[in-house]
Amino acid sequence: MSADVELDHVTIAFGNFIAVNDASLKINNGEFFSFLGPSGCGKTTILRTVSGFLEPTKGAVRIGGRDMSGIGPNKRPTALIFQNLALFPLMTVAENIAYGLRVRGMGRTERRRKAEHLLNMIALSDQGGKMVAELSGGQKQRVAIARALAVEPQVLLLDEPLSALDLKLRQHMRNELRAIQQRVGITFIYITHDQGEALTMSDRIAVMNEGVIQQVGDAKSIYDRPATSFVASFVGENNSLIGKVVQVDGAYAQIKTQMGNVTGRNLQDIRIGESAVAFIRPEKLTQHAAANQNRLQTTVKSIAFEGNLSHVYLVGPGHRHLTMTVGRETPLPEAGADIGLHAAIDDTLILPMGKLASGETGQ
Amino acid sequence: MSRFLLPLIPVAVALIFWGMAAAERRAVGNVAHLGFFRRNGAALSVYLLGAVGLWILLLIVLPQLYMVEFSFRPRLPPSEMGGPKDAYTLANYSYLIFGRPGDPEGYNKLHLGIFLRTIVASIFVTMLNFAICYPIAFFMAKVAKGGQMRLMVLALIVPFWVNEILRAFAFRILFSSSGVFNTLLLASGLVDAPVDFLRSDIALYAGLSYAYLLLMIFPLYNAIEAMDSNQIEAARDLGAPWWHIHLFVVMPYAKPGIAAGCTMVFMLTAGALAAPQVLGGPSSLWFTQVVYNWFYQAFNWNLGAAYAFALLIACIIFVMVVLRLFKVSLGEIAR
Amino acid sequence: MTSKGIFRFFIGFYLLLFFGYLFGPLLIMGATAFNNSSYPQLWPWEGGTLDWFVKLANDQAMLRGIGNSLLVGLGVICLAVPIGLAGAIVMTQIYWRARGLYYLVVVSPLLTPGVIIGISTVLFWRQLLGADHPLYSGYFMTILGQATFISAYCMLIFLSRLQRFDRAQEEAALDLGASNLQFFWQVLLPFLRPAVFSAAVLAFLSSFENYNTTTFTILARTTLTTELAGRVRQGSNPSLSALALLIITITLIGAILYEIYKRREDRREKDRAAVAAAAEAEGEPAIIAA
Ligand SMILES: Nc1ncnc2c1ncn2[C@@H]1O[C@H](COP(=O)(O)OP(=O)(O)OP(=O)(O)O)[C@@H](O)[C@H]1O
Ligand SMILES: [Mg+2]
Repeated sequence: MSADVELDHVTIAFGNFIAVNDASLKINNGEFFSFLGPSGCGKTTILRTVSGFLEPTKGAVRIGGRDMSGIGPNKRPTALIFQNLALFPLMTVAENIAYGLRVRGMGRTERRRKAEHLLNMIALSDQGGKMVAELSGGQKQRVAIARALAVEPQVLLLDEPLSALDLKLRQHMRNELRAIQQRVGITFIYITHDQGEALTMSDRIAVMNEGVIQQVGDAKSIYDRPATSFVASFVGENNSLIGKVVQVDGAYAQIKTQMGNVTGRNLQDIRIGESAVAFIRPEKLTQHAAANQNRLQTTVKSIAFEGNLSHVYLVGPGHRHLTMTVGRETPLPEAGADIGLHAAIDDTLILPMGKLASGETGQ
Repeated sequence: MSRFLLPLIPVAVALIFWGMAAAERRAVGNVAHLGFFRRNGAALSVYLLGAVGLWILLLIVLPQLYMVEFSFRPRLPPSEMGGPKDAYTLANYSYLIFGRPGDPEGYNKLHLGIFLRTIVASIFVTMLNFAICYPIAFFMAKVAKGGQMRLMVLALIVPFWVNEILRAFAFRILFSSSGVFNTLLLASGLVDAPVDFLRSDIALYAGLSYAYLLLMIFPLYNAIEAMDSNQIEAARDLGAPWWHIHLFVVMPYAKPGIAAGCTMVFMLTAGALAAPQVLGGPSSLWFTQVVYNWFYQAFNWNLGAAYAFALLIACIIFVMVVLRLFKVSLGEIAR
Repeated sequence: MTSKGIFRFFIGFYLLLFFGYLFGPLLIMGATAFNNSSYPQLWPWEGGTLDWFVKLANDQAMLRGIGNSLLVGLGVICLAVPIGLAGAIVMTQIYWRARGLYYLVVVSPLLTPGVIIGISTVLFWRQLLGADHPLYSGYFMTILGQATFISAYCMLIFLSRLQRFDRAQEEAALDLGASNLQFFWQVLLPFLRPAVFSAAVLAFLSSFENYNTTTFTILARTTLTTELAGRVRQGSNPSLSALALLIITITLIGAILYEIYKRREDRREKDRAAVAAAAEAEGEPAIIAA
């Protein structure tokens, strides 16, 4: 049976506060799908609605084409891995894993066999008799995954499952999760506010902000062709220059900014006179002039050396701050030097004015 | 009345909860949460609502309300109940204040006196209790270490599992004319006839303060424990003398705990029956004993109910005054 | 002596005084149980005896009182523990604006003088049932009257345990397909088991020692406390001391056993944390065998 998950104009409100606003998307069977967004943007809310702990205020959730309204969490073909894991502390590891089978009335021996199989899979085969409190963080994580997989859900929902782990373990578990997903072949819906995690693991990503889904696409299209200025500023590092559109020319548009006129690709059909933002990735800025380029006059403020990369922090007219990232082989400018920066107009993106991710200076 | 009341109870429970749900919906708008019934399932919901509904209605609210209503009725023989004489009256309360109609005194000197003495003595016992318990609570919260602390808690709790009557009895043995104190006093030659501790109510006050020590210590302990020890250190660094630290640093911080302990001890002392019965002097009664006598010697339950209600009101007023004085809210002390 | 030394000396002295006040009367009472005098006294010592214990064992009225107390205590456990549990669960779920009022109502029996609870219970149920209804009996009235406030004690115990319950566990169980009842029996109740135990013990002990409410609700019967009260008021004899001594001894043994149990639990908890730390140090193997 197919387990597409479909959100059909889903709005979720807590009283007057709208946590999710008119979200529509379709997640395909067998896909590793991520929701990415800053804290409080409504990711958990969507997940809890899919798993049945919340009812949409408007719209419908469909799993495998079936409307889920009025169906409780214990009747849905989903399993949720909680942000804090929520393992049962009074049960052993094996009992935890077999709990979903126990409530389905499966016999004791059958249950044990299945638990052993899963313990094997998560490389904890001789630890089924331990109590949960005796496990390390990463082991608990894996038990939570096994417990959810034991009931053979069609959709596995994961709410920032790696956020409590330290950096090294987190990277390790990323690979493991991806491997498990490929092995069991079911739909994974993954929530994170860590873009590295979303970009490396997912087939597709939905970027959210303030309850609104900004863009749905694979990692590459989200990075290269962000649909809104929020996505452009949230995913990856980006330089932003704000201005008014002065000229539109087919696939390109030109805006007037405090640092002069900037031309870039116009993907969103922007019109003359509108407010707009030009985005240039730090790694796309160079000191080499060539044809079809924007030129920005700046002063070098400081330089951060990071081994194979260096970040050059610059400031231009109107106190615009810019960042340029250069590789090892490029000679670094002196701090305090006035330099001209160049960026190809094909590497420059003109997007309609909108909310930027915090941390990026908007004005 | 009972025939009307019984079927009304489940209806009332349902109505109250329905009203609460409606209020919630109105206040929060269209809620995304699951409702009570969907969250708990039918069987659990029935258990939860049933148990809580019965508790609140049949055990807490209705009996109290009925007692109040009952106190406003005259005492009548069964044949006249429901008859023309069975009308609401203030007679029971006016008896407490003015005594029998035509009393030469013009007011009920005896009972009002007992009432006043009960309240004043309870306040005194409460303050005494606070004075005894504060150092112990402070020691437990800020000085004692893990094992020592556990031992102290145990030592505090154990005596309070001994029957209230027997605890009072222990004080009676201590203070009786051939008791330990009198033996010591006589032997040392300080007195030449046994002192009547019971008649002078010394035994009673000692026994009453003893009875509710625990209920003063634990709120105090909780409040002081939550305080950051650095505050005390800082005050000490600034050269504040120890009494100043306690009076102006620790006690203001522990205010909710002090209020909680004092209200509880006061309530229980004013409502005590065992200690006064066992330790009270023969001529001076505690107000609860008057209530008891209305019930079991005069068999005038209506009058007894009125007296009981008067006591309850006095207790509530006391709590309100304490809360005002300490400027704490009820939520803070009822933790 | 340093000022710190003086301070320490005073604290020690005060503690001594305080615990003397706490235990002295009880110890003296206990000692009088062995004195062969007809009045409970230490002085003059008329020779040691165990007669008072024998007398106690043959005291029919007292034994009947103890029997009734046990019966009532069991009844109170059966009523107050489930009510307290439900009260605590409702407290965690109730609409937040109603929470304050609800809390006030359910803890109000703890602040109401026991005398008043006893009176109101008897008045109300006599009216509701009629004075010759079989349920209008000393047992039933006492169980109801005591359960009124003992349920609130139980609720407070459950609440403090519930505060440490991770709500996500409820959702995890439902998400894995458990029904609400299965969650209740298989996850919540096992978690609350220590609290159920404490609540039952507390309920029984408070019922056993209650006097103020019971004296009004027990009607024609007696419990241990009301029987004792009658005796003490009439005059006293050392078999009461003997009884007190027995009760103190039993309580002490119970308290010590409880403390030992508590320590063992703590140790087990510590062991687990140590195992987890060791696992942490070991590092993570690959999940999927290549
Ligand atoms: N039960 C609730 N009642 C009221 N508001 C809520 C409730 N749950 C969530 N919200 C609000 O909805 C918004 C979205 O919350 P949500 O938990 O979905 O965020 P999130 O994207 O998961 O954030 P995080 O990354 O911090 O977990 C937040 O502003 C939050 O305050
Ligand atoms: Mg979240």
